[in-house]
Amino acid sequence: MIIELGHYALVLALATVIVQFVLPVIGTARGDRALMAVAPAAALAGFFLVLFSFSVLTFAYVVSDFSVANVWENSHSLKPLIYKISGVWGNHEGSMMLWLLILSFFSALVATFGANLPERLRANVLAVQGLISVAFALFILLTSNPFLRLAPAPAEGRDLNPVLQDIGLAIHPPLLYLGYVGFSVCFSFAIAALIDGRIDAAWARWVRPWALAAWSFLTAGIAMGSYWAYYELGWGGWWFWDPVENASFIPWLAGTALLHSALVMEKREALKIWTVLLAILTFSMSLLGTFLVRSGVLTSVHAFATDPTRGVFILGILVFFIGGALSLFAFRAATLKAGGLFAPISREGALVLNNLILTTAAATVLTGTLYPLVLEALTGEKISVGPPFFNLTFGGLILPLLLAVPFGPLLAWKRGDVFAAGQRLFAAAGVGLVLAAVVLYIHSGGPVLAYFGLAIGFYMIAGAVTDLWLRAGIGKVKGNVAFRRLIGLPGSAFGTTLAHIGIGVTVIGIVAATAFQTEHVVEMKPGMQVESGGYTLVFEGMRQGQGPNYTEESGHFNVMRGGVTVTDIWSSKRLYMARRMPTTEAGIRTFGLSQLYVSLGDAMADGGMVVRVWWKPMILCIWIGALIMMAGGAVSLLDRRLRVGAPQKARKVKPVLEAAE
Amino acid sequence: MMRRLVLAAVFLLSALPSAFAVNPDEVLADPALEARARALSAELRCMVCQNQSIDDSNADLARDLRLLVRERLKNGDSDEAVIDYVVSRYGEFVLLKPRLRGETLLLWGAPVVLAFAGATAMLLFARRRGGKPTGTPLSETEKAELERALRGD
Repeated sequence: MIIELGHYALVLALATVIVQFVLPVIGTARGDRALMAVAPAAALAGFFLVLFSFSVLTFAYVVSDFSVANVWENSHSLKPLIYKISGVWGNHEGSMMLWLLILSFFSALVATFGANLPERLRANVLAVQGLISVAFALFILLTSNPFLRLAPAPAEGRDLNPVLQDIGLAIHPPLLYLGYVGFSVCFSFAIAALIDGRIDAAWARWVRPWALAAWSFLTAGIAMGSYWAYYELGWGGWWFWDPVENASFIPWLAGTALLHSALVMEKREALKIWTVLLAILTFSMSLLGTFLVRSGVLTSVHAFATDPTRGVFILGILVFFIGGALSLFAFRAATLKAGGLFAPISREGALVLNNLILTTAAATVLTGTLYPLVLEALTGEKISVGPPFFNLTFGGLILPLLLAVPFGPLLAWKRGDVFAAGQRLFAAAGVGLVLAAVVLYIHSGGPVLAYFGLAIGFYMIAGAVTDLWLRAGIGKVKGNVAFRRLIGLPGSAFGTTLAHIGIGVTVIGIVAATAFQTEHVVEMKPGMQVESGGYTLVFEGMRQGQGPNYTEESGHFNVMRGGVTVTDIWSSKRLYMARRMPTTEAGIRTFGLSQLYVSLGDAMADGGMVVRVWWKPMILCIWIGALIMMAGGAVSLLDRRLRVGAPQKARKVKPVLEAAE
Repeated sequence: MMRRLVLAAVFLLSALPSAFAVNPDEVLADPALEARARALSAELRCMVCQNQSIDDSNADLARDLRLLVRERLKNGDSDEAVIDYVVSRYGEFVLLKPRLRGETLLLWGAPVVLAFAGATAMLLFARRRGGKPTGTPLSETEKAELERALRGD
């Protein structure tokens, strides 16, 4: 009964979002304020209906109601509770429900916090949100209904794919979707602006918090996914340029560009048309990512062709929204007045360079991801585009951007002096080179390029700090004055600095973990030892174990340094009973920012085990950097200036002049 | 042999990436040669896997290819010769980094063309826009609103 209620709520939600789309559109066309005012109410109602529907599905998972086909296919009564819950979105139908839930959540947020938006803008934005919700609610109800029943109900479920039974999966998709779908708000704002033919700095100010929030979630989601792949897949890789990963990385690149161009638009009223286009493109890439992952087209073009219902439906959604938005853009962009002059060498110019490189990089990753599919569909010829291609092209594009990042905040708006900025970054470059030289002294023997890579990372961190340093006037004014200036700086200044430090930290992690990692593949019998990263691992032997829904074999290793045992590592292979499926649970120990990574291979006929031991120096920097970037996004969001209409806090401190440009 | 068959069957069923790539018995005695073999392996696709190089894959076919690469290297082939040989047997599909040919012209050209076109568009745009007044003048109602706001009520 409760299941049917959930199903019914979903149908009702569809009706509600249709209202959320239709009435406000009529309202804005006729100038009818009552109809426009329907939008927020409908958005809230839609959200609560989808939330109820989603909760019912979760409930079915928690109580293991195998009369629901979706639960039967993806759950098991012995599964730990957390994986029963995360299993809701560990499958196609459930993940689309999560998509819709988050989409309606963002609509509800706009409805709640958009009270100070102009009436027409708010009505239009919510109408576009409503239209997207209609498409996805229809998609779920027509092709991916999670509420279908089985009769008679099976006694036991088929369990969730074991690699997905992990805390990483519990967090990764919600974060990723909060990012993906968060950009829908920017998209809706762009469409609303195009419909109205009016766009100004205030628009950018309204859009930027949404872009920031979505970007922060997407950053966290991608980092989480990367770490999950790292410890779960068992061979120590953390990024594979897999199409599924690219599908989340492309919107991230476009979203990063959007954040920066919205900044130019907010501060200087320039790049308006471009910002609108980017807002459309970013969400289009989110939709495209959903299509790629959900249609099955990645697994095989042929599989897609033989069962195309879902794929064609999403393709339809994709064509409708991207095509529609771009056509609207083509017709209406000319009505948006361009504004804000700037010299090529200026803060705006630097941000344009940022946008140029990021969008080119996004387009490159997109081309590489789609090329094999398109080529095979057109000519039948199969080619592979893998990590070596992406590393070369993406790496080549992004390198100049990394070098340019610290310059951006140091250039003045309108007209900057690149030489002056360069002089100010002299110290940062020096810091980078000296630190890289120190690493070379301590740990020589790596590839020369690796030390340059590290130098770039250190330079980026120092360069990001330079901006705050100069703006606070540290060293030029008295300490207490500098301190007061520093804490008086707007939140977005700290946000920028943190985000840029984060990239530097990630770069250091990537370079160090790639260039200085060591790998040992050895056959070990109990008592044998292997050296890695200055530690000695002694193989103590194997042990059989039993989990709630799996059996496991674990290898036990003592980790010694200088003859003393410092810690031990368990590395396991599991066999999940319901699906007879093996997984590896790598044994990982963290030393500072570096990790020892032990993964078990096959058992040999003579009783030995194949053991792979990696020393991954500084690898944690990769994800810590992402966390710092995310923190930067959060700090920027807290900036009062971003909240339109928020009263200015009365300042006791006299506003200090920013560092002279 | 039987055990390996069973294992292979289990892995095929799962069709999931697993962690048993290069085995100790495959490793070449000469470290320089082995390093070259590893570098080449990272560029070659495991034909039966999804987006995995033979260096990362445990599939039997990947193992065969790894052994083949090492065999050719031991016989004194250059890196290019090994790649050519593998491609001649398995086709272009085996390369994770496609070679520049007619079919892949757009793939390799895209980043270059896009960056170039973007930069040109930027320059043209900047030049055309130079010197023109910008911004939209305030409408009458906006002016009135501004007046009110400035008066502070």
